[in-house]
Parts: sequence; C-alpha cells; structure tokens
Amino acid sequence: MSTATDISDQVSFTLNDQPVTATSGETILQAARRNGVDIPHLCYADGLATAGNCRACVVEIEGERVLAPSCCRAPSEGMKVSSDNPRARRSQSLVLELLRGEVGDTSHTNDSELDHWCDHYELEQSRFGGRHQPAGDLSHPAIAVNMESCIQCTRCVRACREEQNNDVIGLAFRGAHAQIVFDLGDDMGASSCVGCGECVQACPTGALMPAGNVGLNPIDKKVDSVCPYCGVGCLLTYHVKDNEIQYVTGRNGPANKGRLCVKGRYGFDYVSHPDRLTQPMIRKEGVPKGLNEFFDPTDPSKMFRPATWDEALDHAAQGLKSVKDSSGSKGLAGFGSAKGSNEEAYLFQKLVRTGFGTNNVDHCTRLCHASSVAALLEGIGSGAVSNQVEDAAHAEVIVVIGANPTGNHPVAATFIKNAARRGATLIVMDPRRTELARHAKHFLQFKADTDVALLNAMIHTIIDENLVDEEFIASRTNNFEELKERVKDFSPEEMAPICGIEADVIRACARAYAASKASIIFWGMGISQHVHGTDNARCLIALSLMTGQIGRPGTGLHPLRGQNNVQGASDAGLIPMMLPDYRRVDNAEASEFFSRYWHTELDPNPGLTVVEIMDKAYEGEIRGMYIMGENPAMSDPDLNHSRAGLAALDHMVLQDIFLTETAAFADVLLPASAFPEKTGTFSNTDRRVQVGRQALDCPGEARQDLWIIQELAKRLGLDWNYPEAKDVFEEMRGAMPSIAGMTWERLETEHSITYPCEGDSDPGQGVVFIDDFPTADGRGRFVPASLESANELPDTDYPFVLITGRQLEHWHTGSMTRRSQVLNAIEPEPVVSAHPDDLDKMGVVEGGTIKVASRRGEVVALARADRGMRPGEVFIPFCYHEAAANLLTNAALDPVGKIAEVKYCAVRVSAA
Amino acid sequence: MKNSGQKRVRGKGAGKGRPVDPAAQAEVSAAIAGIALQRDHLIECLHRIQDGYKHLSARHLTALADLLHLAPAEVYEVATFYHHFDVVREGEQAPPDLTVRVCDSVSCSLFGAEALINNLESQYGEGVRIQRVPCVGRCDAAPVAVVGQNAIGHADAAKVSAAVEKGHESAEVSVDWVRYEAYCSDGGYTLARQCLDDPAVAESIIETLDSSGLRGLGGAGFPAGRKWRILKDQPAPRLMAVNIDEGEPGTFKDRYYLERDPHRFLEGVLIAAQVVGIDSCYLYVRDEYPGVIEILNAAIGELKAQYPAPLPELIVRRGAGAYICGEESAMIESIEGKRGLPRLRPPYVAEVGLFGRATLEHNCETLYWVRDIVDNGADWFANQGRRGRKGLRSFSVSGRVNKPGVHLAPAGISLRELIDEFCGGMLDGHSLYAYFPGGASGGILPAALADEPLDFDTLQPHGCFIGSAAVMVLSDQDQVRDAALNTLKFFAHESCGQCTPCRVGCDRATELMQEAVWDQTLLEELATVMEDASICGLGQAAPNPIRCTIKYFPHEVEDQ
Repeated sequence: MSTATDISDQVSFTLNDQPVTATSGETILQAARRNGVDIPHLCYADGLATAGNCRACVVEIEGERVLAPSCCRAPSEGMKVSSDNPRARRSQSLVLELLRGEVGDTSHTNDSELDHWCDHYELEQSRFGGRHQPAGDLSHPAIAVNMESCIQCTRCVRACREEQNNDVIGLAFRGAHAQIVFDLGDDMGASSCVGCGECVQACPTGALMPAGNVGLNPIDKKVDSVCPYCGVGCLLTYHVKDNEIQYVTGRNGPANKGRLCVKGRYGFDYVSHPDRLTQPMIRKEGVPKGLNEFFDPTDPSKMFRPATWDEALDHAAQGLKSVKDSSGSKGLAGFGSAKGSNEEAYLFQKLVRTGFGTNNVDHCTRLCHASSVAALLEGIGSGAVSNQVEDAAHAEVIVVIGANPTGNHPVAATFIKNAARRGATLIVMDPRRTELARHAKHFLQFKADTDVALLNAMIHTIIDENLVDEEFIASRTNNFEELKERVKDFSPEEMAPICGIEADVIRACARAYAASKASIIFWGMGISQHVHGTDNARCLIALSLMTGQIGRPGTGLHPLRGQNNVQGASDAGLIPMMLPDYRRVDNAEASEFFSRYWHTELDPNPGLTVVEIMDKAYEGEIRGMYIMGENPAMSDPDLNHSRAGLAALDHMVLQDIFLTETAAFADVLLPASAFPEKTGTFSNTDRRVQVGRQALDCPGEARQDLWIIQELAKRLGLDWNYPEAKDVFEEMRGAMPSIAGMTWERLETEHSITYPCEGDSDPGQGVVFIDDFPTADGRGRFVPASLESANELPDTDYPFVLITGRQLEHWHTGSMTRRSQVLNAIEPEPVVSAHPDDLDKMGVVEGGTIKVASRRGEVVALARADRGMRPGEVFIPFCYHEAAANLLTNAALDPVGKIAEVKYCAVRVSAA
Repeated sequence: MKNSGQKRVRGKGAGKGRPVDPAAQAEVSAAIAGIALQRDHLIECLHRIQDGYKHLSARHLTALADLLHLAPAEVYEVATFYHHFDVVREGEQAPPDLTVRVCDSVSCSLFGAEALINNLESQYGEGVRIQRVPCVGRCDAAPVAVVGQNAIGHADAAKVSAAVEKGHESAEVSVDWVRYEAYCSDGGYTLARQCLDDPAVAESIIETLDSSGLRGLGGAGFPAGRKWRILKDQPAPRLMAVNIDEGEPGTFKDRYYLERDPHRFLEGVLIAAQVVGIDSCYLYVRDEYPGVIEILNAAIGELKAQYPAPLPELIVRRGAGAYICGEESAMIESIEGKRGLPRLRPPYVAEVGLFGRATLEHNCETLYWVRDIVDNGADWFANQGRRGRKGLRSFSVSGRVNKPGVHLAPAGISLRELIDEFCGGMLDGHSLYAYFPGGASGGILPAALADEPLDFDTLQPHGCFIGSAAVMVLSDQDQVRDAALNTLKFFAHESCGQCTPCRVGCDRATELMQEAVWDQTLLEELATVMEDASICGLGQAAPNPIRCTIKYFPHEVEDQ
C-alpha cells in the first residue's frame, strides 16, 4: 500500500479537545486507546464483532442528539468527540453502577473487567436494587457457569456464534428477563456445547470460568507455546503455578487468532497424571510380552523393574547393537513420532540412518496422508498444502471431503464456518453427516468407498459443460487428454447410483467449484485411508488443475494434517524413502550431500514403511526396534497381527510418557518428556513452523527426548553434542533450503514463520505454485483414476461397513486425552455410532451394548444413535483400548502410498 | 418466564445436545407445509406450530431447528423473545388451550382493566389462561379483552364469559371495507398505473410529496419525499418494509384505515415501489391485528387477480407480540426471522436494511395518504394545518372523552380543541387533568398546557412529542403517577433487553416509582442515562413519563 493511500485513509478528529488521528477502520474507542485515553467498555473485546450493547463506552459527539457507543463508531473527519465531559462520564458511570447492582456479591474471577472499570470510577456500591440471581450451573466438566456475574454483554454469544460458529449459546427471553442460555435453556453439560471455552475466554466478569475455581488461583508464570494436539497449530499460553498448569488461554497466532478447542484448552492435565513414567525400567526376567496379566498401565512394576538411566540406556543400546551384529542394519527399524518436535524427528531419523545404518524409519504419517502425499508428489511435485487454512476467508467455494474438521481440526473448522457464514459456498462431501454439514450449501452424503465415482463425475461434468480453464491446462499441465479420455464413462447420471448422489447435485457442485473466482479443497483421511487413497487424491488434484483453482489466494489443495507435527516430522526426513526436505534416499546427489553433512555412509535403498515393518517383524526379518512416542499396538490396522509382530521382536526400546499398549511389548522403557516439558519447533498443516516452549520440569527422572536420543546415539558410537533444540535446528537449516531463512532468533520473536522461507528477509510464502510447480518441467500432471472397490466389501456374513476415525475429545490412541480429566469426562466410554433405524432393527437402544466383529477381531461398546450415519454403516473412534477399533480394521494397503484401508472394512453388528 | 422444567441430562452413550425426534419432525413438517425452509420464515414456522399445538414444545423446537439448519439456541432465543409464543420444556405445564388476553395499558386501566383481570382470574382458575397484555389497539373501546383472537370492546366479565362459553375465539373481521372494484371505480390505482407508464409522473410525485410536507406518520416524522429520494440513489436491489406493527399504547389509526380502505394504502405501496424502484415489499403487521392481516391478504389477492399491470412482490409478515418490532430496525430483524433487537446506526436502514439491502421503510398511514395528496394536490394537504402547521393528523383519542376514536384533524390543533371539536368534550363528571400527546412514550402534559399546538416539533420544549398522535386523556379522577408507572411497566415488559440503560433502567425505574415518595435525584440520573445512552427510541423515550410526572405533577410523588 502506498504512503499516499495511507494518508487518505486516515481521519483527523478531536478527542477531549486534543487532535487525534484514526486509521482506516478504527473506531473511536480504538483510536482513543491507542492515544492513551481510557474509555470504559465491557461488551467490546478485541477480535469479536462489536455489539454496542453495554453502553459503558458512550461518548458525546458534537451535533448528535444522544451519546454514541465509541466501540462501534468510526470517527469522521473533523468530528468533535468527548469521552470525559460531565455528560459522557455521567452515562458511563451510571451504566457501570446499574451493572454493579445487577451482579451478585461472589467474585468468580480475579480479572473482572466490571470491577476494573468500577474501580476506575471509584464505584463501590450501587444505589440500585439487584435482580433475582439465577442458580449456578456446574454441569459441565470444563466450565463453571456463574450467571450471577452475567451482565448480558453477549461476548460469549458472539464467541460461540460468530467466532467458533458452534451456535450453542443464545440470549433468550426479553428485557430484564434476558438470559444467556445453552441450546433450549439446557444445562451446559447437557447441551451441544463442545467445550471449546471460547466463551470463557470472552467473558469479562467471571460468569463463565474454568471449572474448579482454578481461575482464582494466583499464577507464577505464563509461558507462550503451541497446542500439542492436531495439525492446526494453535498458539496458546500456559498459566503455571508450582510446576502445574492451572489453565490455558488462546494466543493470537496466525492459525488460530486466539481460538482453541476443548483439547487445547482443557486437555493439559495428562502431564501430571499419576500414570506418568518417571523412571527408566527394564523388563523383568521371564515376564512374557503382550497385553497379558502383567500389563497394567497404572503400575509398570508388574512387568518392569526400575533401572538407572545408565543401566537402561546401556541395555537399550546393547540390544540394538546385538541385532545389528546378528541380522545387520536391515534387522533394525525405528518409529518416530509426529507428536515430537522437528528437532526430535530430525535427530531420530539421523540416528536410524547413521546409527542403525538403515532407512527403516517411519511414523504414523503412513497411516494418515501417505496416499495424499504420494498423489501430490506425483501430480504437482510437493506433498505439502498449497494454501493455508486462512485462505478459506478468500474463497468463494470451499469443498471439504472425507474430513470431519469440527471434530478433528476444530479451530480450522471455525474458519471454514466463518467463511460459510460470510457467504462462501460450502460443499461438504462425506459418508457421515457431521456438524459441518449444517453450515453447508450442499451436503453430499455419498456411499463410503465411492469417492472416485463421485469425483470423476465432477471432472466429467466440468469437461462436459466446458468449464475447464483451458489456458491453465495448456500452459501449466501435462496429460489432460488422458484424463479426458478416462472420465468419458463417468457421467453423473451413470455414477449417481454408484455413489448415491443425484446427478444434478453432482453437476451443481462441479459447476460451483469450477466457475467460482476461487475454490479451495480441504480433505482428510476419508480420502487417504483407502486402498484407492492415492486415486482419490489424484481426482482432487485433477479438479484443481483442470479449473486453474490453484496458485492463487483462496484456491488450492489442503490435506488437513492430523497431528501437531506430522508435517514437520515428514519434512525432517522421518520417512523411509526421503531424507530431510523430501530428497529421495536413492537420489545420488542427495545421498552424497547428506553423507558429507553427516560424515557417514548412507544406505541408498528406501526403507520399509510402518505396516511393512510390522509385517517383517511378524516374519522375523526385523528383530530390533526403537519406538519413540508411537503406539502401533493401538494405531495400526489389524492389531492382532501387528501386536504379534511387536511380540516377535528380540529387542524393543520404547521412549514414551505412559505405559502405552505398545509398552507391553517393550524390553526397555525410557521415560520421556511431555509436550509442555520441552522446547522445540512444530510445523502445522499450513507449513507454519512454530515454537513450543518449556513450561514445566519433567517429573521424577523423566528426561527430555532430545537428551535421550543423544544418549542412545552416543552408545551406538555417534559423536553428537546438541545442548539445546536450537542447535539441532541450526543443523537442519543448513540441510533444508525450505527453512534456510528461519533463524532461531526469528522464530523466537515471530513465534510462527511459514516455509518456504529461503532468506532472512523472506516473510514465508503462504500461497505456493503461483507460477509453476516444483516438478522437473514445472508443470502439473493429470493422473486419471479408475473405479476400484475397497479390499473387503460387505457380504451376508459381515453386512455392515465399519468406518473408523477420531472424536473431538480424544486424540489418536487416547494415551494423553483419556488421562485428561475433562476430556475423559465428556467422552468416557467407547461408542459405536449407528443410524437409529439400524439400532432399532438390532433391538438395541442408545446406551445399550453392541458387538462389532470383523474377520480379524471383535469389540463391544455402547450404542450411540446418530442420524448422521447412513444406514448400513457404523463408526468407531479408535482411541479406546477397551474396544480398540483397529482390532477390526483391514491392513490392506494402497499400492502407491502404502497406507492401510482403516476407513473401510466389513463387519457384523449385533446386540451384545 | 424463566425455565422451571426438568433438567435435561445427557444419556449414557449419547452424543451431545438434543437428538431430533423423528415423530416430532414429522409433526413439524406437516405444520409448516408450504413454507420455504429459510431462516426468515422462522417466526412464521413458530406461528404455525403455536397455532396448531397451542404451545411450542422442546421437541418441536429441536425438530424445527434441524429442518431450518439452525442451531437449537437460535430457534429458542427467537421463540422466547416474542410474547405470543409459549415455549414449554420437558416437565413444564403447557398453557390451557384458550387464552384470554386483557389489555392493561393506560386507557384500558382507566376503564377498569385491573378489576376485569381479577374477576376473570378468580372465575376461570386454571382452565382458561387470563393474560395481561399491553395495548391491543382498540383503546376507543376500553377496556378490551381478546378471547383467543376475538377482541371484545367495552369488555366485562359477562361478555368475556359469553364468548368463552360459546367458543367465539376467532377474530371478527370487518366486512365493509372498500373492495378492489369499488376502489377503482373512484379512480383508484389510476395514479399507480400512470407512474408505471410515465417516468415523469413518478418524478413529479416526489416533488408533490415534498411540497405537501408529508412526514412519516409512525412517529419519527421524517419527510417522505426526502426518504424516497435517498432510496432512489441507493444501489439496487432495494426493498420496502411497511410498518403495521402499531404497538404504541393508545394508537389504532393504522388498523382503522386498513379495516376500511386497504387499497388506498396498497396503492401507496405500489406508487412508492414504482417511484423508488423496488421489487419486493414486506408488510409487517402486528399479531394483535388478525382481522387486518385477513383483509390485507384478501385485498392483495384481489390485486393479484385483477390488477392489469405487473406488481411488486407483496409479502405479509405477522409479528408475534413485541412492541419493539415497531422500531424500524427491530422490525427488519424480525422480518429476517430473528429477535427484534434494534440495530445500531449508522448504517441507516435506508442504506443497509432488510437482508443487508437499501430499504424504504414507512409507516402504513404515510403511504395511505400518497394517492390523496397527489390527486388533490400538495396544497390541499399542506393548507389544512392550524397555527402555522401543515397537514392532517390522524389522532387516536382515548381516555376520558365522550367520543374516543380516530379523528382526522388539522396538524397544530390543540388538545382542548381536539376534545371539544372532535371528541364531544370530556366525559360527564370529569374535568381535564392531564394527557399523553403521543402514546406511552410521548410524555404527559398537564391541563395547563392543553392549548399547545399538537404536531411534530411543537412539544419538545415541554419534554414531550406527538409521535403517532395517540392522545390519552386523564381526568381529575385519575392519578398521573399511576399512568406513568403503567407506562414504565410497559416499557420494562417490552424492552428487548439488549442495552443496559433500557434493560436494567426500566426495571429499576418501576421499582423506584412504586415508592410513595420518589427519589427524584436518582430517577433523574436514571432518566438521563436512559435518554442519552440507550440504543433506540424505546429506552430513550421511556423516561419521558417519569420526567413529566416530576415536572408537572410533583405533588403526586413528593412528601405531602
């Protein structure tokens, strides 16, 4: 923006007889505050839409009959405003006095804004009578509702409705009876509240507070950090007292704008759970491996004996060395974690590659987006997102397919819902009708497994109706003719009976997507976790390339990343075929670079992937493993098989914070650091590298992971010395051009930097592929997809389809969230979601027990009636060890991405 | 008002929130059949369910929310905002099938509403709900009771009982309104068609309105011609919203005209739409006027069937018992299917109004006069005033006079002239003591000021305004403090609850006004913050009766 524009956008006015300049869009209140003039305000909060209802901020504007709310009024040129003359002050003060009289005598917060402004006016008591005080509502595990402190400012309503778009809170009734309500005036705990706590963060008077009065505790320190859960990467602040987190608030990060979800805000107490591993341990002689009678997550001593760090590390290293001596490097493998930092991922893969001498290193990305990444690399040369979540704000059409962001990426979902509310066309395609569907203009509840039929029908329509971007296709892509030929037989009319969506709806969506000025696609594991996952993603890539909906703000392809650092772990080389920055291990140039950089010879052969490693362990070819923070005994498909693989290992070293199911197969346990106990960088779904900072000390003898990896490395003969995370990051920067411009100092001050960031002054590039794609010839490539069915289809023995996934409250295998009091209180027991008609047919009522069996195993869980399910399909979250969904799932792999088909298998469902 | 039902708890295994009951959904679908499932139809959907089931159950609200793709809270807050909806949660008692609404506003109170209510309550107990309601727009027949939708003027317990027993619960609809053909035979709709054919006519109409001095007759008095000009300059598509939410206590002129000559009003709508360039016109009628709604629908039906030229879309919307929806921006919110919360201005509704579009908003009566002014010439209208004032005013007169009713009188007429020349004088045995010149919100003047000209702008020096020209006359047998308290209770009942000065202020004021001796200092402070800092006219004007009582009738509220 030019300087000239800046000046013309400025407004000069007088405030209390002083000349003041306001910038464009600034209100009187904001300009006043910037100039050091305090005006009381309660219903106004930065970042929330204005309501102007409390009237504490009224000011006199010369020439106007009545006072004006300074929070809602923009000054105009030459306006004369008084915020401190007797007339303005009389109203400000009396409004505060009226509200003072309204609220009860018990204070629920140390930071009441009403108290603050009453103090400002030296108002101690109100001359006005009060109201009949409503009763408190303590029904919600996370949030205390103290309506006696409510001043009806509606900040909570706006936070719930306009920010988070959860629409749980309303202002019901009228006049003096006006009251904040949840749903139909229900208790908060019985309402549809998702516990994001945005209302708590917004409330100025303590009417909504964290449960248990923790808001009244004094705080020792505040630590700015990042959320440890999903890939959205919300910045937050830990409020700490006596080495315990008291509560968490959202911080104004680029990916969250101060927002959080229930996990980020309330799921922090797992770190101080009594189940934490606090000393190194070694398996007791003669105790068999497995989820047997010796396995007790609350008491590791039944299976393990305590050891000193030296003893445990020596034992861990010795076991790995023995395998290497007997079976060679190929007998070893490592699973790193998408929950660890970039620095941990980098050191872990470096340890496996240089210490073990193999590329058998992988992590759960394999089970998440491996197929998406494969298709993206093949089609456009890069596996990362082309545009950030915030681009939803610039999109006219937003497609969300195979994803449940309100559950799994809740804060990202808020921006998508914001966009829909603003008027963007939201198209949601999913076999399950999840909450996001309510906000969609088109909701396509297609039959599970028919993604390609649906998407190819859209591609067909765009070609058929000549909605393609011919210039983009001609100048920036290859192979369009092959796609055109392939989709000839995929008319919406022919695909409609296959995918279960009417042809005209498919056509309408295709038109909307192709014709809009900017269309963006978000997808999740509903796309990727199929044997045709790569094909599914190829279709999405084709849609964007053929319409030119990529390379501009508000367009592009965004696979929503599941874990907080799944992007960063992959970037750092925690995958078997790629070195850091996606340089292939079998590329001579890359191999030579890293050999020199790491002063060692590297294996030129791609290593094995997660499921392949489990297979090889089962077959006895992999004999030793180092697992850090992963829980394959819960997360892998066909658990009985993978657990048998783990049990067959000669030696397994597990580094974790809890005795996970995988620990039941470990020989050595190395007690590690939880997220708030360490410092490191984490890369979110948007390619934003963000700093997590240590807020707590590790409990007992638990140690930081970077230290543990290095101690193990030393014992494997590696001469490493990285005192802090920044020392590791510095080495990464030297090997990864995409982050070369990110110095640690920049990260410390900027908190979040997007890559590619190639130089010190590079602000980071949110939108990529503007001019070309990072492929050999700079062009994108169409790869047509064919119709292929799931590996295991329903039949008369197993007539239902099982879909697995996550729940809002629980994270991955539940090891952290099920040990969080709030999260576990909201979703305490395993459930099977099924259409109520299906439950009726089985004679099961909601809350009754239900048995789900596949050819591989069976689980029993509570029935949940969910009209969002298609009849014939059931859903189980995979976080419950007592009903582990992955006992049922099918390990059949996508041939390209090597991802297992955990989204689809055949099951039998009956009353238990 | 508050929830008193059972607490809902989340069931074992259940997801969050209230599940939709398929049976309830089927019932709601049947009730709202024919209504497009869009947000702005929410209030009409609630009406259909309320009409059919006599209340709104939680299960129906949940099902309706699902059908409209709204959150339950969004439906609940609207349903609980409007007084004509009875939300019944689990465990709460549904109201009896029949409700008798008894007006307890100023004029009806003067004529024994309180006794009538007590009488009916003791007579009916639980079987029939006797509900106190604010003005139902029939003050010339005070006291008024409404059995179901059947309004009974000069009501007493016997008349009400007779209606209840005979099941006379439907609105009595006037039958002698001027039909389309009769209206046309008198030259009706000629002007509307002329301005359709000839743009010059359209332009000249604005000039005529300018020189006639026609001002908005809902109370604010904005010059009509100027408003049309402003709207013409706004980007299309523009909308029209007509305010027939005649809720100001004491006002019944719009009902009077629509029950007699609806086409004269509709021609005004067509002319405005044509001149300004508007395709859709929303006519928002208060729910207390079922007869008017029926007549308007019938007249629009005639128009659609017989009008020889294209018509703009004419959409009748039904309020649901909320005085605040007579406030222009609150009415727009209500038409959009939301709670009637006045909007903050700027932006003004002329620029950003209904559905975010430029909106021409008018009171019904303003449009009613357009044809006559153009046909008879601007001067005809302008020359009718007294004391230098211009035009005619439709005074709704009630209270202690011999001939209450709508009296079309010159602007600038005095109260004394109005009573003597139009209202047949004071009732026998009553002498003039005080009067409300402009409904509940226009303040209260003493008999000593009965010679002031009644018009826009003339009463401000006395702390009053004429507003919708609803004149309520009090006599020496009445107490102003009672009437003032009555109005503040009304404002407290009708405050939308959005802003602090009005929500809390009205409630606190009614408490303070019930003291034998008023704390005048505190009430004056309260009045100041209400006037200065409330969002809309309701809160800003609500202190007028307080201040007038202190100013003109201090003997009633001071230590004797």
